[in-house]
This record gives sequence, C-alpha cells and structure tokens, in this order.
Amino acid sequence: MTEPTAIAVAMSGGVDSSTVAAMLAQTADAVVGLTLQLWDQTRLAGKDGIPDAPKAGRCCSLDDVYDARRVAEHLGIPYYVVNQQARFERDVVQPFVDEYLSGRTPIPCSLCNNHLKFDQLLQTARSIGASRIATGHYAVNEFDPARGRWILKRPADRAKDQTYFLFGLTQEQLSRTLFPLGRLTKPEVREIARSHGLALAEKPDSQEICFIPGGDYKQFLTAYLEEQGRQIPETAGELVASDGHVLGHHDGISNFTVGQRKGLGVSSPTPLYVLNIDAASHRVTVGADEELATRALRAHRLNWISIPELTAPTRVQIKIRHRHEPAWATLEPAGVGEVTATFDEPQRAVTPGQSAVFYDGDEVVGGGWIV
Amino acid sequence: MRRVYMDANATTPLLPEVFEAMRPYWTEHFGNASSIHLDGQQARTALDRARETIAEFFNCHEAEVVFNSGGTEGDNTAIFGLLRPGDHFITTAIEHSAVLQAASRVAQQGVHVTYVAPQPSGLIDPADIQAAILPETRLISVMLANNETGVLQPVEEIGKIAKTCGAFFHIDAVQGAGKVPFDVRRFGCHLASISAHKVHGPKGTGAMFVRRGTPVESLIVGGSHERRQRAGTENVPGIVGLAKAIELAMHSLEDGTIEQVAVLRDRLEAGILAIPGTGLNGMGLPQKMGAPGPAFGTWESTNPVPRVANTTNIYFDQLEGEALVIALDLKGVAVSGGSACHSGATEPSHVLMAMGLDKTRARASLRFSLLKTATQADVDQVLKIVPEAVQHLRALSPVAAGTLG
Repeated sequence: MTEPTAIAVAMSGGVDSSTVAAMLAQTADAVVGLTLQLWDQTRLAGKDGIPDAPKAGRCCSLDDVYDARRVAEHLGIPYYVVNQQARFERDVVQPFVDEYLSGRTPIPCSLCNNHLKFDQLLQTARSIGASRIATGHYAVNEFDPARGRWILKRPADRAKDQTYFLFGLTQEQLSRTLFPLGRLTKPEVREIARSHGLALAEKPDSQEICFIPGGDYKQFLTAYLEEQGRQIPETAGELVASDGHVLGHHDGISNFTVGQRKGLGVSSPTPLYVLNIDAASHRVTVGADEELATRALRAHRLNWISIPELTAPTRVQIKIRHRHEPAWATLEPAGVGEVTATFDEPQRAVTPGQSAVFYDGDEVVGGGWIV
Repeated sequence: MRRVYMDANATTPLLPEVFEAMRPYWTEHFGNASSIHLDGQQARTALDRARETIAEFFNCHEAEVVFNSGGTEGDNTAIFGLLRPGDHFITTAIEHSAVLQAASRVAQQGVHVTYVAPQPSGLIDPADIQAAILPETRLISVMLANNETGVLQPVEEIGKIAKTCGAFFHIDAVQGAGKVPFDVRRFGCHLASISAHKVHGPKGTGAMFVRRGTPVESLIVGGSHERRQRAGTENVPGIVGLAKAIELAMHSLEDGTIEQVAVLRDRLEAGILAIPGTGLNGMGLPQKMGAPGPAFGTWESTNPVPRVANTTNIYFDQLEGEALVIALDLKGVAVSGGSACHSGATEPSHVLMAMGLDKTRARASLRFSLLKTATQADVDQVLKIVPEAVQHLRALSPVAAGTLG
C-alpha cells in the first residue's frame, strides 16, 4: 500500500479545531475529521455533588460531538467518532487520581496529548489511511534541515500558547503533525471561522479539565474512587510551619496543592500558603508568600525537542506552569533521565507533578515533570 | 467510488416496488383513515389491505395485527404493556437494547428480570429458559434472529415452554422477518414485533402481532386507532410500504433469492476467513468448509448453528474493529462493528461479550450483513479490499504492539 496522503483533523467541536478542518478542507487533497470519545460525561453525574447535566465546552460532551459533526457536514468531509475511553481512563484519569493521592498536582492535558492526541490519534489516522494529523493547538512546528530536527515553537498568539502542554511530542509525532493555527491570532481564527460560515465561530473557549464537570477535582476524586470501590486513603496529618512547629491538623493531603492559600484551616495574622506536601508523613508545610520562592528545580521523564540530549549546562528559560512567564535558569544534566535547574531569580510555587518546559527564545528545547 | 453496502442488519434501502406502492399515499390518497368521507375511506382501504398482507405473513387473524412505529415500539409495548411490579420476566442477554433497556426500566419498578445467557455458539438453550421459569413468570421475550451473529433462536421450543408454564411469549422478529419463514401459530407466541426498514421498507413503520385476548396495555393513548391498541393517526404511506416490502420478502423466501444470498454470504465468509488470525463468531463452521484451524475460536463447537442467510460476524485478531470499520468505509465498504454509543463511538458488542468473547476480541469483530440485492461483484470487491485493509492495519496496530488490551 502506498504512503497515504490524507490528513486527519482532530475535531473537538470547538472553534480552533473546526477552523483547522475548514482551512484544510479547502487546501488539502483528502481530509477526515476524527473526534476522540475520551470520557462519558454522564458517568459520574449526580454523584457527590457533580452536576447532573454537563454543559457544552468540554470535550466529549454530546453537544461538542454534535458541533464537530455539524462542522464536518458543513465542510463535506468524512467524520468519525473514535472510542478511546479505556485508554483515556488508563493513561490520563488513573494517573491523575494517583498523582493527587500522592500529594502532587498533575496536568492531565499533557498526559492526554502524549498518550491520546499525538499517539493513539496518529495511530488511528494511519490505520485509516491518513499519514498526518492536524490539530487546533496554538503552536508552530517546522523542520530545521541544519539540525536535522523538527522544532516546536511558541505561536504568534502568545496568550493562546499551548507549547507548555506539547513538550512531550517525539520527533516522529512532530513530523506527522500540522498546527495550522500557529501563525494566527485567536481573533483571526474566529474571523476565518466566520468566513467559512461556521456557526460556532463565537463559541466560548473551553477552560477546565474536560473530564471534571464543574471543575471541582476533589468532588471528582471522591466520586471516581467511590465508583471504583475505593476510598480516598487516610492521609490526615499535621499542618506545620516551616520551622517545624505544629499549627494544626488537616483531613488529607489531596486537599492541598503547593501555593494554595484558601482552605488551610488555620488562622494567621499574615496569609499562609502551602509550601510542601510530604506524601510519606502526610505533613503539609505552610508559610509566608516569600517562603514559596525557590531557585532550585528537579525534573524527570524528560523529552528533548530542539536538541538530541542535554550534555552540558545550558542557559534556558523555564515555564513551570501554564500561566507562568518563562524565567531564566541554568539547566544541567543530573544523573540518568533527570535534570536540575537553577533559576536566576527565585520562582514562586515550584509544584511537583507539574511540567517544566525549557525554552530557547521561541523554541521549545524540551521538558519534563517536576519532581 | 463504487460503494458496497454490507450493513443490511442496520437498515435496508426501499425497493423500487415499495417506493412506487407508497407514492400515491403522500399527495393523492392523503386521507385520514379515521375519516368518514371518501378520502378517508381510500386510506382505510389501503390500511385494510396492508393488514391482510401482514396477517398472512404472521399467519394470524387481521384483528391481531397492530401497526406501530417499528421494532423498538413493539419490544417496548410487549414489556411495558404486560409487566407489573411483582411479575417475573425472562429474556436473554443477547436481545436488542429495545428489549434490554425496557427490561432494566421495569426492573427498577419492581419486576424481577432474568437474563438468560447464550451458549458460546450464540444460541439460547431452551433448557436455560425452562430452568429460569418461576411461578410468577408472566412474560418471556426472545429474538427470532440475533442482529449481530444472525443466529436463529429456538423460538418454537421456547413457545412450548411458555405454553406449559402459562407465560406470555414475545418474539422480537425484527432481524428474522423476511429471512426465514415466520408463523406465530407454529412458534406459539402471543406477541411478535417486526420493522419495515429491515426488509426494504420505510423507516419509522412496523407492526406487531398481538394474539387475541392478550392483555397488553397500549403505550400510546389518544384515539381509538388500531382497536385502541395504538393511538395516533396511522402512517398510511409507511404501512403501505411495510406491506409491500413484506409481500416481496415472502416471495424472496420462495423464489430462491434467500438461498442466493446464503451462497454469496458463504463465499464472502470463506474468503475473509482465509485471512490469518480471523475466525467466525457465533457458531461452528459450516460443514462444507472443512475442519477448523486453531484460529476458529477458543471453544470446541464445530457444529453449525442455524442462522439467517445474510449475516456473518468475524473477528480479526490484532486489530481494532473500529479503525477497520472506518478504513473500509473510506474505501467504499459499509460494515458494522459493535454498537454505536450515544456519541457515535463504537462500544464492544454486548452480544459477543455475552457469548464469552473477551473485550479485545469483541472490539476486533465485524459484522457483514448482505442485502438481498447483493451481487457477486459486491462480494468480489469486499474480498479485494478487506484483506488489504487488515494487513495495513495490523502493520500499525497498537493491539499488535501489545500496548492496549
């Protein structure tokens, strides 16, 4: 069989991926729309205060599948919904739950990109005869012949930059992926959507984690574990100050995330923040805002994009959460599959479980998961 | 691209004769069959004629035919119309969801439901029905032919069991009608449901046999239509189309058409089973095909099980059925794998799972169901495309790579 040339568009039912479908339907030879059915939004509905009827704006809701299908019909491209619920639960939801239970703060979107969107979807696309996929992510990827590598870069619309969630892409995945929105701004994308007559051009952006209706992750944890016949493990423990003296007690470490201020259950003349969560002793350390700042960061489960491997100390800018302004640091290899970074200026709330993504100007050097 | 449609168990196109029969009843003879005037009488005449045809098909009295919207309504009517809290209801794990979901609703309302599991062959053992009988058993509902595997169920034996224990017996004949001879007297059922669109008739129309004296409460109220058994102005064009389609189906059973479909199906099946790592779901091997290899399933059944002429259900190890369905569609071959969930994504077939297939194999299974108008050229085309697609998918499959069970 010859190498297929069709492009599969990952369609979520939102403006961005719909616009990608519209752009490619006009220019590409063959376009197929695919929606990944990842999570049954009705599965935990009504349990533990989780809203009964999920609203639109979350992937896999019936409304979003409907919107995606209507766009495909409007464009006259074939469209299919692909069931990946088992894989999503195994590779995204369960790790998400386990991370929280271990006192870390996970990012399901990166896991989903690594395991579903750019792995399974690419696999499915190739199975059905499409050699490449296109998504509505705001990012730029291009091949640099000088380095012989595919390079991932920040997009034109900095406010929509999604490179933070894409650091796990392999060279093979990058070579088979198109990001047609990388050089456009969101207003331009909406304008293109309007020009193609897409009814959803004004649809609001989705914000929250797609499988957590209402955005309350604690409710989700309780409901999910209950469904699995599990309980949130007993992780009640001491709430201590940074000098070690006990300020009070808490009900469980999964209620906390580094940098959190609200809901600590202790009173103090100055605002207190979570500094550290120790999963082994169940001890949660709190302190003043200044104490949150740290210069050091350690990351593992690394992926390199613009370089084959980090071999020597390198100056980079590091982003430690989605809305963080990249900060200058020196990155050094530290044993097998780990790096350490030393920031020039102390950074607030370096949170285990989040990703650290390393930039050289607009280019993504690579990234990893904060230990 | 020449397309081949091999998903007849999902739905079928109108035959031209059916379309022509319906034509006058949209604009010319548009009357309401309940009206006194001539226009109404023309509609009434059409209904009466259709009822005569359907009664002939069921082998029942015309007064025992109730027109409705199709198989789902028929299945729902049997269950909701007969069962009350405290009753016992016996059905099978391989029924259509129109039965299974109605069963789960009455179960919530205090009806005790027993789901009889099939044999690995896909066949319901009448002894298992017999064993499930309780003093309060009020209804038994079993399908004539399974939509996924085509396996014909022993409804005649089950009818005898129902008679002995005094339970009502409903046959969901949606998939069997038109494919095998049907006779409500011989099968000993009190109720039977059929749907027009599975036999080259229009969608949204069906009929039900309701034996005289069966105390079924109507699902829809609002008028005295259908002897107060189903309210709502009769869908005259649809009913005319149903009757024409059933009339043609009865001919097809006698003029050799169905045997021809079986020949084509058998050739298709043999050709696909020649692909390594495939096997038949739902029965032993047809005897003429010789001894089965190790690929033919994990159970020992090699005896042929009766099944309808147009259906074959085949698993393809080391690939995902969903991707194969999409790949085949893009190459012009329409088949089905599993059942569509609410979003349109594919769920593994509950029928195959009930037969004991694991989830991976159930997900890797495809149903080919031929129209009675299928041709040698259709089979040739499918036998050209499927092996290529399977080979291509297996080369890329995550199942083959062992990353997803």
